[in-house]
Amino acid sequence: MRYNFDFASLQEYWPEFLRGALMTLEMTVIACVLGLVIGVFCAIGRRGKRKWLATLCGAYVEIVRNTPYLIQIFFIFFGLASAGLKLPIFAAAVLTMVFNVGAYTAEIVRAGMDTIHPGQIEAAEALGLSTPQIYWDVILRPSLERVYPSLSGQFVLMMLSSSVTSQISAEELTGVANSVQSESFRSFETFIVVAVLYFAMAMLLKFAFHLFGQAIFPRRRRLGTPL
Amino acid sequence: MMGGAFTFNHFVYLLQGMMWTVVLSALAFVLGGVAGFGVMLMRTARTRLLRQISFVFVQLVQGTPLLILLFVVYFGLGVVGIELPPLLAAGVSLMVYSSAFLGEIWRGCVESVPRTQWEASECLALTRWQTLVDVILPQAARIATPPTVGFLVQVMKSTSLASVVGFVELTRAAQVVNNSLFTPFLVFGIAGVLYFALCYPLSRWSRSLERKLNVGRRQAA
Repeated sequence: MRYNFDFASLQEYWPEFLRGALMTLEMTVIACVLGLVIGVFCAIGRRGKRKWLATLCGAYVEIVRNTPYLIQIFFIFFGLASAGLKLPIFAAAVLTMVFNVGAYTAEIVRAGMDTIHPGQIEAAEALGLSTPQIYWDVILRPSLERVYPSLSGQFVLMMLSSSVTSQISAEELTGVANSVQSESFRSFETFIVVAVLYFAMAMLLKFAFHLFGQAIFPRRRRLGTPL
Repeated sequence: MMGGAFTFNHFVYLLQGMMWTVVLSALAFVLGGVAGFGVMLMRTARTRLLRQISFVFVQLVQGTPLLILLFVVYFGLGVVGIELPPLLAAGVSLMVYSSAFLGEIWRGCVESVPRTQWEASECLALTRWQTLVDVILPQAARIATPPTVGFLVQVMKSTSLASVVGFVELTRAAQVVNNSLFTPFLVFGIAGVLYFALCYPLSRWSRSLERKLNVGRRQAA
């Protein structure tokens, strides 16, 4: 059967697509920044001496990594609503993203911390560095530099998974696509356009992370080699 | 409470959904594995065109959300006149999705086999296929097992998206139950526990396989 593609009828919707794409990027940036903070603290918690804290952080990571994101969204969004806490949809969507990406970040950061040789930490202790100094200068900065590629890859994946928040009617790119296709009756074309937009955004984000990495890790920029 | 309490029947309904989650995961994993093997062959082929085509394919699939892929397959094929049942639509999109990821994982494993193994096989006058099947793949398979099992977890979680096109697997079943009871913490909590019960053993298995593989390095360190 022949099918006539009609992308022209979607032209009038381009401001909508743009708005959705910007919202997706906005949600991703907020979620990744907060997720990184949670991930770092969680990774530190898992290494720490307090047994209960390590267990708690470990349980959080394992639970998030072994359940689907969609279930987490429903659990948090509908759960909070049933408990009487009605969050705006944008906030709820970002909250679920932070909750999700925080666990993945924690696991990546922990892997990076494991590559720091114990001798380095002992040397820092011998030099009389305080615990925050040791964590920041000796453990965190080198390990973040080492895991930067996987970290940025995870953030790009998070941008793509944010499409799932359309299921709680967040008006990001996929949400916009759903309403456009129900108005224009051009579902196939709509989703092809959106797929192209996501692809472009993924490439853009990868490039931005590359530039950002060059800017914040001067050693890598100068030598051009991984740590 | 709107619709009464959570009963044993609701639980059985969720378990049935869970069964479909397993079926869909298996379908996606097996089909995706076969296609992924093809992607891996193309990514490591000697013909540049094949390498380029498969590279673009992998980039496209990895650069678009699975949800969008699902919509494109579901609406796209419907529009072209092929009416797919939701199971098949979800199966096809998950197959495409897994083939790109598995192909890329396996390519990495094949390329991590030392170059000299290829050269030695060439010296022994093995054909390219013989080299691959008899020399390279047995070595690559060892390295490939942990990440492949890890990806199976990923596939299993991704099947939850099939609920969006109306396929009644675990997530959809949980939605249905929740719509009648409106006890989201309980219903989605149970669904989460069921997913966890499926995925966690696989994650553990993947990690222990990885540890076994790294025995040499661990002792050296």
